[in-house]
Amino acid sequence: MAESEYISIRGGRLIDPANGIDAFLDLHIAQGEVVAVGPAPAGFSPDRVLEADGQVVCPGIIDLCARVREPGLEHKATIASETMAAASAGITTLCCPPDTDPVIDTPAVAQLIYQTAQRRGAARVLPAGALTQGLAGKQITEMAALKRAGCPVMSHADRPIANTQVQRRAMEYAASFDLTVFLHPEDAWLREGGCVHEGQVGTRLGLPGIPQAAETVAVARDLALAEQTGARIHFRGLSTARATEMLAEARQRQIAASADVSAHQLILTEADVDGFDANCRVIPPLRTLADRDALRRAVADGTISAICSDHQPHDADAKLAPFPAAAPGMSALETLLPLVLGLVAEGIMDLPTAIARLTWGPAEILGLPLGRLDQGRSADICIFDPQAVWTLTEADLVSRGRNTPFIGRSFQGRVTWTLFQGRVVFRRNREEA
Amino acid sequence: MSAFVNQLDTQGNLKHFLTIEGLSRDLLIDILDRSEAFLGVARQAVKKVPLCKGKVVANLFFENSTRTRTTFELAAKRLSADVLNLNISTSATAKGETLLDTLRNLEAMHVDMFVVRHADSGAAHFIARHADPHVSIINAGDGRHAHPTQGMLDMFTIRQKKPDFAGLTVAIVGDLLHSRVARSQIQALNTLGTGEVRVIAPRTLIPAQAESLGVRVFHSLPDGVRDADVIILLRLQRERMSGALLPSEHEYFRLFGLTEKRLRGAKPDAIVMHPGPINRGVEMDSEVADGPRSVILEQVSNGIAVRMAIMSLCIGTQNLHQSTNNQDQAHG
Repeated sequence: MAESEYISIRGGRLIDPANGIDAFLDLHIAQGEVVAVGPAPAGFSPDRVLEADGQVVCPGIIDLCARVREPGLEHKATIASETMAAASAGITTLCCPPDTDPVIDTPAVAQLIYQTAQRRGAARVLPAGALTQGLAGKQITEMAALKRAGCPVMSHADRPIANTQVQRRAMEYAASFDLTVFLHPEDAWLREGGCVHEGQVGTRLGLPGIPQAAETVAVARDLALAEQTGARIHFRGLSTARATEMLAEARQRQIAASADVSAHQLILTEADVDGFDANCRVIPPLRTLADRDALRRAVADGTISAICSDHQPHDADAKLAPFPAAAPGMSALETLLPLVLGLVAEGIMDLPTAIARLTWGPAEILGLPLGRLDQGRSADICIFDPQAVWTLTEADLVSRGRNTPFIGRSFQGRVTWTLFQGRVVFRRNREEA
Repeated sequence: MSAFVNQLDTQGNLKHFLTIEGLSRDLLIDILDRSEAFLGVARQAVKKVPLCKGKVVANLFFENSTRTRTTFELAAKRLSADVLNLNISTSATAKGETLLDTLRNLEAMHVDMFVVRHADSGAAHFIARHADPHVSIINAGDGRHAHPTQGMLDMFTIRQKKPDFAGLTVAIVGDLLHSRVARSQIQALNTLGTGEVRVIAPRTLIPAQAESLGVRVFHSLPDGVRDADVIILLRLQRERMSGALLPSEHEYFRLFGLTEKRLRGAKPDAIVMHPGPINRGVEMDSEVADGPRSVILEQVSNGIAVRMAIMSLCIGTQNLHQSTNNQDQAHG
């Protein structure tokens, strides 16, 4: 890809929710940064002009949860493969959970991930530091050192900390260094052995269920601990209607809690598990239509301020097993924006709100100066054609993970250019678009 | 979505037998009628018919079960098929061979039908999705999901005694949560238009939203068996006593065990069924198990005829396709 240069993006509809911008404005970039929005500064002469007529220009997408599988699981995917997939999907920043092998519980692992991504240069990969050593839920990590090594937040991946005292201490210790704690709200015992939502479909198919209470018990516990400790917490991947209500209520009482949702939870329901589709085996499980609709409302009204992919690329063998034995998770980077644009088309929220949940919302949760296009910010930009109609095929996927239930689905809206730190890192050929 | 496996071919003939769900009433009745005809085979001097001659049936049991495997084996042999018995629970999978590796190896031996038992719900569907299109899969029990041949043999046994399903009240007692047998029975009973299907158990053994299966839920045995025509007891696995589902066998028997006294609440001609093997003194006392209302041993002998009917239907569908292919080749 080209070195950073002087670029003008002309004629597009610029949507920058953090600055309240939704207008036909040009954007000018120099040496990796945004230098002007609107007319070019005096004397600015671009090396390159991107003609964005009919396109939407917005901040690069920030994905709060995407597994790149490196280090340790390179047979599934690598930082190189997944940052390329991210670039093709308009995603410029990925936050990866600490369940790599080895776990991100030492500065060395964090730096390895950060630097490997930097060397590849297609997207920024931010390692989330582990809250406890080895993610064993017993001994807290050297969080201050992890923060210095580039971990913007602490997390426990998708493994709940069963011991409430350890959870409390981990939250308090993280708060000492102003670190937000990402939590996977699932009660360790109530979820044990389960692989689908405990409800009608699971009952009919005889698949062990995970009750709604697995989530609400954990949310209640962690909100109480946040209130007790004053720690800032973020619920990663809500799945139930009731949890969104609990969160909204807690926020009214000024508890420092935020939440995101995985895009597939806004689209699919327990009914999609029917026929034992292993690609619909996800954690937390797909829940009811009422849950899905409540999650949609919570995203629209801002109770849930970020939508992420929860990208989990797998090798083919990981899914070639009966449903309960198949590895959970889907390959989701490349469907993140298209699924969210589908919600806009359905009238669930307007386009600026949708873009806010993919950019500024997650940036605020991370506490980083990203996801907005004011002057002097890193020129991380996603440009997409909102009219492009296309059908997802396996051959389209850039990610190594082919495990998505959305193969064969038609979408409207597709990324045409992605810029990362002022460089074009992805350009879709016209014939493809 | 592509994950669905159709048990029927495009003409509606039975190709696999994975679950009762989705099958028509006419097809279930056809299976019952054919089973009736096969019942006579056991009484012949030569207990064989040549319907599956030259076919190879592999019993693929990833979970141990002597009884079910034996009835499948006998059914296949009476249809004149060659039978392979494979207990895989301890051999291949322990060596790291995947389910698909095992399947591919057996396919290479030109097996025509797999009878599969596996501990994971959906395993039979999974195998059917990945098997060679010429092979039929019979589900002999997958996790908690389905045990459709057991469900059909129970329907057959009920019909022998009480031909009109519409007028029947059937009560199923026991561990619904973990029971693949109960799920198949409930689907079959509802497809056949049974008057009322009840389930009876403490809440810990009833799955979430059980009513959506088409049953009335009871937590009291006397209430649930009142005026019932058929009482089906489910086997209670010993391991349910750990894990806070039940306090003890003693309390289970006291509340949910079937005794002669409790049976008096049911219709005077009510029959008692159990898929076996029975835990005497847990699900029922011996007086009931060996008493005049019990049809438990008839269930076992009916099992062979019903499995013959289902296997021969699936092999018949295969033959149909094979002869069409041959004709196409002859004309083409």
